[in-house]
Amino acid sequence: MPIRTALAVLTATTALVLTGLWVGNNVNMLPLGASSNASTYDDLFKVLFSIGTVLFLGIVILLVYSLFRFRRRSGDVSDGLAIEGNLPLEIVWTAIPAVVVLFVGLYSYDIYERMGGMATLNDHMAMDHGAMQQVSVKEGDSAGRVWGGIGVAGIDAAPAGPVLPVEVTAMQFAFIFHYPGSDITSGELHVPAGQQVELRMEARDVIHAFWVPQFRLKQDVIPGQPTVLSFTATRAGTYPIICAELCGPYHGGMRSNVVVHEPDAYDNWLQQNTPNRTTT
Amino acid sequence: MTLANPSDFDGNLQPQGWLRYLSFSLDHKVIGLQYLVCGFIFYLIGGALAGVIRTELISPISDFVSRETYNEVLTLHGTVMIFLWIVPVVNGAFGNYLIPFYVGARDMAFPRLNAVAFWLIPPAGILLISSYFIAGAAAQSGWTAYPPLSLTTPAAGQVVWILSVLLLGGSSIFGGINFIATILKLRRPGLKLMMLPMYCWAMLGTSILVVLSTPVLAGTLILLSFDIIAHTGFFNPTMGGNVVVYQHLFWFYSHPAVYIMVLPAFGLVSEILPIHARKPLFGYTTMVYSIMAIVFLGLIVWAHHMFTSGTPPWMRLFFTIATSFIAVPTGIKFFNWLATLWGGKIALNSAMLFSCAFIVNFVFGGITGVALAQVPFDIHVHDTYFVVGHFHYIVYGGTVFVIFGSLYHWHPKFTGRLLNEDLGRLHFLLTFVGFNLCFAPQHWLGLNGMPRRVAEYDPAFTTLNQVSSVGALLMAISTLPLLINVVVTAINGKEAGDNPWNALTSEWLTSSPPPVENWHGEAPLVTEPYGYGQHPEEKA
Repeated sequence: MPIRTALAVLTATTALVLTGLWVGNNVNMLPLGASSNASTYDDLFKVLFSIGTVLFLGIVILLVYSLFRFRRRSGDVSDGLAIEGNLPLEIVWTAIPAVVVLFVGLYSYDIYERMGGMATLNDHMAMDHGAMQQVSVKEGDSAGRVWGGIGVAGIDAAPAGPVLPVEVTAMQFAFIFHYPGSDITSGELHVPAGQQVELRMEARDVIHAFWVPQFRLKQDVIPGQPTVLSFTATRAGTYPIICAELCGPYHGGMRSNVVVHEPDAYDNWLQQNTPNRTTT
Repeated sequence: MTLANPSDFDGNLQPQGWLRYLSFSLDHKVIGLQYLVCGFIFYLIGGALAGVIRTELISPISDFVSRETYNEVLTLHGTVMIFLWIVPVVNGAFGNYLIPFYVGARDMAFPRLNAVAFWLIPPAGILLISSYFIAGAAAQSGWTAYPPLSLTTPAAGQVVWILSVLLLGGSSIFGGINFIATILKLRRPGLKLMMLPMYCWAMLGTSILVVLSTPVLAGTLILLSFDIIAHTGFFNPTMGGNVVVYQHLFWFYSHPAVYIMVLPAFGLVSEILPIHARKPLFGYTTMVYSIMAIVFLGLIVWAHHMFTSGTPPWMRLFFTIATSFIAVPTGIKFFNWLATLWGGKIALNSAMLFSCAFIVNFVFGGITGVALAQVPFDIHVHDTYFVVGHFHYIVYGGTVFVIFGSLYHWHPKFTGRLLNEDLGRLHFLLTFVGFNLCFAPQHWLGLNGMPRRVAEYDPAFTTLNQVSSVGALLMAISTLPLLINVVVTAINGKEAGDNPWNALTSEWLTSSPPPVENWHGEAPLVTEPYGYGQHPEEKA
């Protein structure tokens, strides 16, 4: 390869990579982040966005350049070069996607572990029972198996401390939140910032999904199979809870809010809303 | 062994002229065009349904159709586009027309089975659409028909939907068996597997997927219909059924279905690019292995549709890795196509415009696809408009663009006349702009909080939804130049001659349109279907 061509290719590749990095870091495609998980997610997004931009622009530029440079001049009826393949080249472009997906896979595995995705759900539920004394999880169904979700115990997960359990019941077309510790039932989810919350979810009729875009988390809520979703909210505010699984005619209207309070404000809310007759 | 002798029927029992397209013809070319025209009619119906969806989404409140109707419309849109347009056309239409030529045969291995496979489609389609007109009866649970929702929505429509999909699945299996038999058993003497045009390999791989996975869908839907009609409890949680099992079984077919829709498109593009770039297909052998790798990997990635369902952590991890690795054989194919263009003599006609736009669209959809394969990424955007944008880039930006490109490429073979290039370029421009305007903004919508399958949304998303709807309108308009083109060309189109592209693949080595038994005399032995630039002295 002549030196000038090599230099041109090198310059173009560098420019492309820099463009990709710039786009990944400066073009904001995501909503506000409000959970400890969101910043981790946004890091992954930036990496994927950068790599995606480099690959997409690279291929499109190469394609458009070829279409322009190798266009057929009028009157030319000859064929192009009889090149049927090139083993080194093909090894290179087998290796490029292989290395990229391997890197992306390992990186996202790391992110997933930090989110708590690899926590063994049922072990952790058993441990939890001890920690939280007589908190009833599912009407005496303490042996009930959790089928899926994101558990507590991520590396990034919030400061060690008590976990706030909330029972979530989804039905056509509403979410109901029950706080077993204080016997509050609410149509909105209220949580303190900085404390880990564990949602134990079950659906009454069809499949629903619990999604808070600002938390970057989603979990299906399934009839007959409890699922769990843990998160730590980091920013006070009110965010939408959206049902993300088609659940019937009013699916689009199945929304609620999660209100993230500062810890003091949360205690106030808790006291104001705890039923007076809390003798059990 | 006489596998096929359609001439007896064509000569005596079959109607001649255009009427044969409405008959139980055994000629693979007639059946191919039957698939094509029938599929296009359903494309227009599915497009009209998409128009209803995009009209509803112009405003953030549910105000155009009732909520039940909206769910019926989105269910029918998905089902019609997948089972009645893309799968039948990209497999049935081009497969039936081209495969016998490529293997040097006079027809498919089982002509009667072939005709039966086609004639299952119109009744299944009419059945599906008619359920909509029976008030409140069309299926409302999405093309995925997840229980328990599909057990609680109006039963009649859901059962009709199941019946229709079973018929279409049956048609697909018949077609798959026929393609495998034709490619493996009906090759003319001397034609080795590694001499076959790439579309044969694509159809072989696709047909393997069809035969392995479609029966699973059929079985699943039969169990679902038992739950609805006979009140069994396979998928009914109140009777101890398991709803996640349905999802596993459903996606065991429906993920390979994506490859059933895109692999044939990969094959068609591999035929179009070398001819119009005047170069051999780059890396034939790796292209073949890539197809087979995609077939294998395509069978073991289904649970990436279920990352937010009840799936254990190890399963999420396995499916992330398997899914990501599909990018490797797919990447090889795209780099090989770019290398095919490099150094060629490229004629940028309508067929090439659509094929090259396919590369752009599919790379975009492939990149978002690798992102979606990552569990932590997917957990945020699963079941949102991000996914809607992603898969339309694959099945529309990928396959439908290739179908249009193929139409411009093979129309002279079908009819002996070249489609008008100016109308073709207009068709391309409208489709390309409309498509990107419609689906690119949906990625942002999904990332920022708009779930899919909703008739109402956060008013903050209004502007981008309107942009998307304008794109959909352009896509609707884009069918007009195509329809006008086909009609105008039929009346006084430019005569194509037998081989207007100066191509080397065997379908061009006979008259256009071809005779009933494909060849005037013996079928030619094409050992180098992509031998461009090798024998310059032989060129006229």
